[in-house]
Amino acid sequence: MSITDLTLDELRHRLAARDITAVQATEACLERIQATEPTVDALLSLQAEQALETAAALDRQGPDPAKALWGVPMAVKDALCTKGVPTTCASKILENFTPFYDATSVERLKAHGAVILGKANMDEFAMGSSTENSAFKPTRNPWNPFKVPGGSSGGSGATVAARQCFAALGTDTGGSIRLPASFCGVTGIKPTYGRVSRYGLVAYGSSLDQIGPLARTPLDCAIVLQAMAGHDPKDSTCAPRPVPDFAAETKARKDLAGLRIGMPEEYWGEGLTPEVRKACDDAMDAARSLGATLVPVKLPHTRYAIATYYIVAMAEASSNLARFDGVRYGYRHPGAKDLKDLYELSRSHGFGEEVQRRIVLGTYVLSAGYYDAYYRKAAQVRRLIRQDFLDAFAHCDVIAGPTSPFTAFGLGEKTGDPLQMYLADIFTISLNLSGLPGLSLPVGLGEDSALPVGLQLFGKAWEEGTILGAANALYGAVGDVGTPAGVA
Amino acid sequence: MTFTPDQAARVAALARLRLPEDKLEHLAAQMGDILSYMDTLTACDTQGVEPLYGPVEHDTPLRMDVAVKTFQRADILSQAPESDGTFFVVPKIVAG
Repeated sequence: MSITDLTLDELRHRLAARDITAVQATEACLERIQATEPTVDALLSLQAEQALETAAALDRQGPDPAKALWGVPMAVKDALCTKGVPTTCASKILENFTPFYDATSVERLKAHGAVILGKANMDEFAMGSSTENSAFKPTRNPWNPFKVPGGSSGGSGATVAARQCFAALGTDTGGSIRLPASFCGVTGIKPTYGRVSRYGLVAYGSSLDQIGPLARTPLDCAIVLQAMAGHDPKDSTCAPRPVPDFAAETKARKDLAGLRIGMPEEYWGEGLTPEVRKACDDAMDAARSLGATLVPVKLPHTRYAIATYYIVAMAEASSNLARFDGVRYGYRHPGAKDLKDLYELSRSHGFGEEVQRRIVLGTYVLSAGYYDAYYRKAAQVRRLIRQDFLDAFAHCDVIAGPTSPFTAFGLGEKTGDPLQMYLADIFTISLNLSGLPGLSLPVGLGEDSALPVGLQLFGKAWEEGTILGAANALYGAVGDVGTPAGVA
Repeated sequence: MTFTPDQAARVAALARLRLPEDKLEHLAAQMGDILSYMDTLTACDTQGVEPLYGPVEHDTPLRMDVAVKTFQRADILSQAPESDGTFFVVPKIVAG
């Protein structure tokens, strides 16, 4: 068995026992990157030398039980600031941006002894559901290189699935951790809004964005989440509340006895491909045999979720992206004659097509005369969507549904029709509007496509431990989906 | 919903984007489709519903109102496309 076939938790134990050194683990990942990267294109930059130096320094100090990620090679989505390492957000406008500080989440991973290998590809400014909107290159699905890895954290999903690293950070604004986790056959969790500091994250939709891990197993995700969660005075939306022992909660769950799983009819009705339905139904049978009680629940405003989400997200994006003006950082067009020219030329040449589309739409829905009809209305529906979850959770402990109605789609299949691309997020976005935690767990391969199928578990606010534990029990029953066929 | 290239150009200008003619038509058509889809929200009864602008569940923690130097000027200016070592440099904005 190769080092890169270990789970993050298994690696931790081997590192702590000094069976494997941090340098050996890092070298194994770098070799795997060399072998698989030509196929998947998961990374935008690789910091091999720095990673080896960090690993060597860790080896000299020796394993530290207080550092949960001691010697663990990881990747970070390129939307997160990394000191001295380019942070492009997969956009030409930030192509030359090298931050002089780390995002809090990255800083905490490093403090826990993680070895950062490189920056993962993504949709430009996290806008997209396929990682085809990167200004630099599309990432391909390790299970089938003609398929997308999902987006916008597709590089993070693909790098973990291809065994290039043991975990990667992603960001989830409308499902951008869970969709690539589902398409790539890995586990990904979007924490409760406010659980992880957003300081140092290039903002897309500030009331929606959350940072979370993608890794092989629920336990691996729990370990990474625990390392980076918790109050940060640099982010006023980050909650000043204690972080539970997620790893212990996750390991403690061996079965699902006593757990009530809500089954929303809106997620289990028409529209699912037969192979997704079969894999998810099988997973729910497994849940039942583990002792769970399945209860029907209703989320009646789900039908409005996509429209609500895109109005809110585009409005916030148009506001957040106003900072890219060619003055303080990023790309500046050389031909500007005056300040207005500078703004317009820099933004028009620096942003890609999807980003421009969302800025224009966001500007429109916020503009005088349309604000009430679009943005205020969407904010009202947002409250109703959130209330649906609160009502449903009065009857159950977690909610389950497919992560996506289909498995990974073909490269180029949806790029010409933005609305079709937006509809890919149908099962993920309600959770971001509500600020609740959600996790995608691979529950098998589709019978027709041989591609991974993801099952989502939603939790109450601050109860990440409950969904991680439930996912861990299910993972034990359903089993691992194995090594991706495309890079085996 | 119909959205004209002229409308698209006007909104783009508000967003400080300058789009070529051939792209405006395409963008206008896409905006029309997307906004029509957004209009499904009109069917949702929101009478008396308080808007929810964010899911933060805690009070914003306050900090002491004390100025702290977080970064060095040189670090910040190092990111600028053009600076004179003290300020950001931009094209002339006053005529004459």
